[in-house]
Amino acid sequence: MQFASTHKAPHARTEQIILFRCSTQVFAISSASVQEVRSVDSLAGSPMEIDEPTLPKVRHMFRRGEQNLYVVNGAVHFGLRPSPASLILLLRRSRTALLIDGIEKMTTMTRLQALPAAFCHEERVWYRGLTVLDQNVIPAVSPEGFLTADELFLLDALVSRMVVTETAAANGIGLGL
Amino acid sequence: MSMVEQFDARSCVLLRLGDRRFALAAEQIAELVAPSRVFRFAHRTTEIDGVILRRGRVVPVCDVAEKLTGKKLTSRRFYLVATQKRGASLDWVALPVSGECELITADLTPAGESDSPHVAAWLSHDGEVIEVLNLDALTPVPGDREILTQGGSPEAHA
Repeated sequence: MQFASTHKAPHARTEQIILFRCSTQVFAISSASVQEVRSVDSLAGSPMEIDEPTLPKVRHMFRRGEQNLYVVNGAVHFGLRPSPASLILLLRRSRTALLIDGIEKMTTMTRLQALPAAFCHEERVWYRGLTVLDQNVIPAVSPEGFLTADELFLLDALVSRMVVTETAAANGIGLGL
Repeated sequence: MSMVEQFDARSCVLLRLGDRRFALAAEQIAELVAPSRVFRFAHRTTEIDGVILRRGRVVPVCDVAEKLTGKKLTSRRFYLVATQKRGASLDWVALPVSGECELITADLTPAGESDSPHVAAWLSHDGEVIEVLNLDALTPVPGDREILTQGGSPEAHA
């Protein structure tokens, strides 16, 4: 005896994404990768300024819990013309906060295509792939692609030096006077 | 050298880039399409202009005219969509061309050691000696296998 097949066509897997703008371009990021969206103004006063010539995309850092969070300017990271940023995306399970111009909308993607192999430079680290939405091709960013382990190491070392210098200055020591 | 070694009749597609004609092996050609919207996004591979959408597939646009003729194309009449084998996968690349394309069968003369890497062979057609292109030497090739693996296989969504 055979039972009638109960097989149903599988539902398309979908992923919630946030479309955001940096300079003139739109990017997608998985909403699961974003922990918080903050206004730039809400961080005023607390961030520490960073001036590392080899990493112009990072100009600010702030402390959250025990961690240093580094603010990456999205436009500079992607080599786009700098523009006035208004929002910061705090990324989940990451020490990166992403400075963006604005959020376009939240939507759903059903298919992510691999970046064609002809793209063979940093974009392979920047993007998880490409998605097509409303007849537009949108790159889906990789949250891990904004700062490499080496860059984080460099920034941590820089911040440690800055903190030591500030502490020494505050205590009036180490000036040799 | 015997005639068998010297000549090998193959189907080729002739393409025009500005004033010059080149050829590609016909088996590398997927289709010839009218110019469509080129989508551009931030990247660092200077040889790639952007991407077009064909049958739901994202196809990079690579203008090889400057490498071959020294000049960028001023007008794009068609995109010749070619395929390239990269490991186990078959990649598509759209080459802008400035004129009609033609399918011919011709005897190919293999490229010599002194020829440029982009020359796979030579053919003679209508009194013209034409380079048969080696696409791998003209389009960007990932140099770092680790990077290719990292970015090349995003999780697929059904």
